[in-house]
Amino acid sequence: MKEVVIIGGGAAGLAAAIACYDAGLKDILVIERSQFLGGILNQCIHNGFGLHTFKEELTGPEYASRFIKEVERREIKALTSSMVIDLEPHRVTYVNSTEGVNTIETKAIILAMGCRERPRGALNIPGFRPAGIFSAGTAQRLMNIEGYLVGKRVVILGSGDIGLIMARRMTLEGAKVLAVAELMPYSGGLKRNIVQCLDDFNIPLLLSHTVVNIEGKERVEAVTIAKVDSSRKPIKGTEKRFECDTLLLSVGLLPENELSKKAGLTLSPVTGGPIVDNSFSAGDGIFACGNVLHVHDLVDYVSEEAALAGSQAAKYVKEGFKEKEYIKVSTGFGVRYTVPQYIQKGCEDVMLRFRVTDIFKGSSIVISSKGNVLKKIKRQVMSPGEMESVKLNFKADEDILVEVVNE
Amino acid sequence: MIYDSIVIGGGVVGASIARYLSLYDISVALLEKNSDLCTGTSKANSGIAHAGYDPIPGTLKAKLNVRGNQLLRELAPQLGIDLKNNMAMVLSFNRDDELKMLYERGLKNGVSGMRIISHDEVLALEPNINSEVTAALLLTTSCIVCPFSLTYAMGENAEANGAKLLMEQEVIDIKKCDNYFIIKTKCDEFKALTVINAAGVFADKINDMVAPHTFDIKVKSGEYVLLDRSEGGLVNSTIFQLPTKEGKGVLVTPTYHNNILVGPDSVLRDDRNDNATYADGLEKVMESAKKSVSNINYRSIITSFAGLRASTASGDFIINEPVDGFFNAAGIDSPGLTSAPAIGEYISDIVSKHLGRKKKANPILNREAIARPSVLNRDERNALIQKDPRYGNIICRCEEISEGEIVEAIKRGGTTLDGVKRRVRAGMGRCQGGFCSVKVLELIARECGCRMEDVRKNEKGSEVIL
Amino acid sequence: MSNVELTCINCPLGCQLTATVENGAVIKVSGNNCIRGERYAKNEVVAPKRTVTSTVKGVGCRVCVKTVPEIPKEKIFACMEEIHKTEITSHVHIGDVIIKNIAGTGSDLVATSEG
Repeated sequence: MKEVVIIGGGAAGLAAAIACYDAGLKDILVIERSQFLGGILNQCIHNGFGLHTFKEELTGPEYASRFIKEVERREIKALTSSMVIDLEPHRVTYVNSTEGVNTIETKAIILAMGCRERPRGALNIPGFRPAGIFSAGTAQRLMNIEGYLVGKRVVILGSGDIGLIMARRMTLEGAKVLAVAELMPYSGGLKRNIVQCLDDFNIPLLLSHTVVNIEGKERVEAVTIAKVDSSRKPIKGTEKRFECDTLLLSVGLLPENELSKKAGLTLSPVTGGPIVDNSFSAGDGIFACGNVLHVHDLVDYVSEEAALAGSQAAKYVKEGFKEKEYIKVSTGFGVRYTVPQYIQKGCEDVMLRFRVTDIFKGSSIVISSKGNVLKKIKRQVMSPGEMESVKLNFKADEDILVEVVNE
Repeated sequence: MIYDSIVIGGGVVGASIARYLSLYDISVALLEKNSDLCTGTSKANSGIAHAGYDPIPGTLKAKLNVRGNQLLRELAPQLGIDLKNNMAMVLSFNRDDELKMLYERGLKNGVSGMRIISHDEVLALEPNINSEVTAALLLTTSCIVCPFSLTYAMGENAEANGAKLLMEQEVIDIKKCDNYFIIKTKCDEFKALTVINAAGVFADKINDMVAPHTFDIKVKSGEYVLLDRSEGGLVNSTIFQLPTKEGKGVLVTPTYHNNILVGPDSVLRDDRNDNATYADGLEKVMESAKKSVSNINYRSIITSFAGLRASTASGDFIINEPVDGFFNAAGIDSPGLTSAPAIGEYISDIVSKHLGRKKKANPILNREAIARPSVLNRDERNALIQKDPRYGNIICRCEEISEGEIVEAIKRGGTTLDGVKRRVRAGMGRCQGGFCSVKVLELIARECGCRMEDVRKNEKGSEVIL
Repeated sequence: MSNVELTCINCPLGCQLTATVENGAVIKVSGNNCIRGERYAKNEVVAPKRTVTSTVKGVGCRVCVKTVPEIPKEKIFACMEEIHKTEITSHVHIGDVIIKNIAGTGSDLVATSEG
């Protein structure tokens, strides 16, 4: 019987493994489906990672390699090219080429499978289905790992950070990026990326626009973009046609929780991830962290959260399950969700992470219990593209409500 | 050489005809204009083996539908066709008289296993059906079938029996000489004693090359949305609405692989290549399906697509011999997938008589499907992986497809991303190839010994990397 | 004297800044809500700098690279030209210098992945 099995060897899984080890566990196994540890960081060759964790700007592979070295130094066992195919509390079943299908028993499980990109189909973009339509991450992999430029004239739908980063990458490698269209009236990406990935290269950002047609039988030949109204429906007569050979989609990330469902966990309809308490426990010795739990904006927060989940899993393994009382964290106006959704009664200094529903300027985050304000923080600006963090520097004794209050 | 028979068109109808002809002492070649079988109407339809309640009694459609359903259920285990007898029901909302007429029509067509069930029975079988349902016609012989697996099974079995399947052979002219035909394609010329036209939406063009113009094909597009397997179980049987003059209407059905499929509409298209989807069409389909099942979770859509039906004015299949030795299998719209084996059986019977040939003494009647480790039990799966470790290396994580399966798909002719996808479902799942397409590209390049830049999504000009 | 408009990148607020430039120096910044905006405008208007990241062909795989320290913004494409011409013929480690003084910027191109 293993002490802990960690599913996923990306940013979250690596940090969780290190934390488990440092909290005293020795029989740890990381199971990674691809050939290498590091996850999606390996293809994120741009810089900007690690400002919080290492106080310096690293590229994705550099950030990953620091964690991989720590895992290796601790001689934590990692199985690569191995895919977990079934999950129950305390039982993990995986398959690979050397062992075939194998089931192992474990005291605890940490879910760190990350997320996937929303595909074209999920948007129901009409038109033909030719070659040349890529999710931004797929194009990023082809470009940064395999060394292939996937197209020469490119339109990008979605201004999330991956889309913005790819606009710059493709431009640097010789492609012409004609426009980035964004359905919302604001970009989901960092300001810094808008300036350094788009403005630097005079790539237009078309807010409140979407793709309404894709032309081309074999390869993309043109993409039509139209303005959308306040209910995000295309406005007739605003169509602009771009002749291009490639359409990149950067239209959102979805936590990958098919295994969590197999394990019988309840998923939040808002985050798409498991519902957890402040020890990142989803119940039955299963913990979750990173993008499988909720999609993060910065990898530093993934590492931080995963380290906490790892140490809590270790605590569970050593101390066993203890019956606890919980308080519930509810969301009010302007707050889409919170993680955790539950807090063990009496806990202090719990870090609450959440996303807001809209852009708020000069508003406050208010945390209250039965109408009593426990904490109020003024924020100059909050945006759905960025994760908010609030430390609850009080003892949680009763259900709390988190909301945005406009002044 | 002069072939005994040349089949034009590598859809499910052409492949089935080739397969049945190959059971005779007949030399067969199939000419397909695209680079793979199953790239037209056959790849984009409802995937139903219809019971046969819908066609007008006495028509070829009625006869071949009912026979096709029977044949499919017989052939599935022999040819490794993905088919499941999940049953179907036609729902009535206060139109029970029409339901009764449909039942009687089914009886006339020779459909067995039908009965009308009450509101309570419907909801007991399918709790997610709109509770305003008043009655339904239950069709116990109705099946879901994977159209790709059916077409490739037919094609591969035809090959095993000696048929030649020739890709990228677009027919541009046919000439009748004394007792044979010369069939010109873009790059070759073939001779054959008989020609069978199974060219789908282009069948009238092929007919007109050698026979008098007697029919026109009109293309009717049917748009669909496909939901994630997470929605599997929403309905277990295929749910129809009462037919209208537009056709069988929008259905909600599980697919063989446990997705939920919603569609189709029926819209005339001027361009025979226009298999694009349109926003208004998809919206109508989704709205219409809500009448049957009100709680469909459209947030789980993973893809949408459109297929083109080859319809004719008569409304019936056109199976005839307008010129001595030249046969049409034209106007094969719904229930074409169901009828395909019956069309193959029917035409091969006529053609063999025309040629005066008998059945092969020992035809190969079985075909082994590509192994699918994810559905095997653990011992079988481990034995397979031990024999070939590539079956343990998962490439497509959403559908749990291994390297071994993909390599086998490539060997069997799936040398494009879509060809692999249709054969083994890599890229068919919820991420739609986001993760695995790069790996599949590499495997195709490796197995075919070509550059990554040469690997295509499907046809020429669809190279993935520019 | 001239005015340069720019967007502050320090936080999601994205203040629209106006920098007043005289004799090549920023003499006034307006539109900012905090000191970081002023600092950003002063650097960005006079000598904007960027880190360029890309990959070069290595032994059996692509090797990721970046410029250290940041290079002047106008040298981005000159750097890319050199990067495109580069191929590594032996194995490298993170931190190894691939090109010294790339495009005459004084910065080096450094490996950011093992390869």
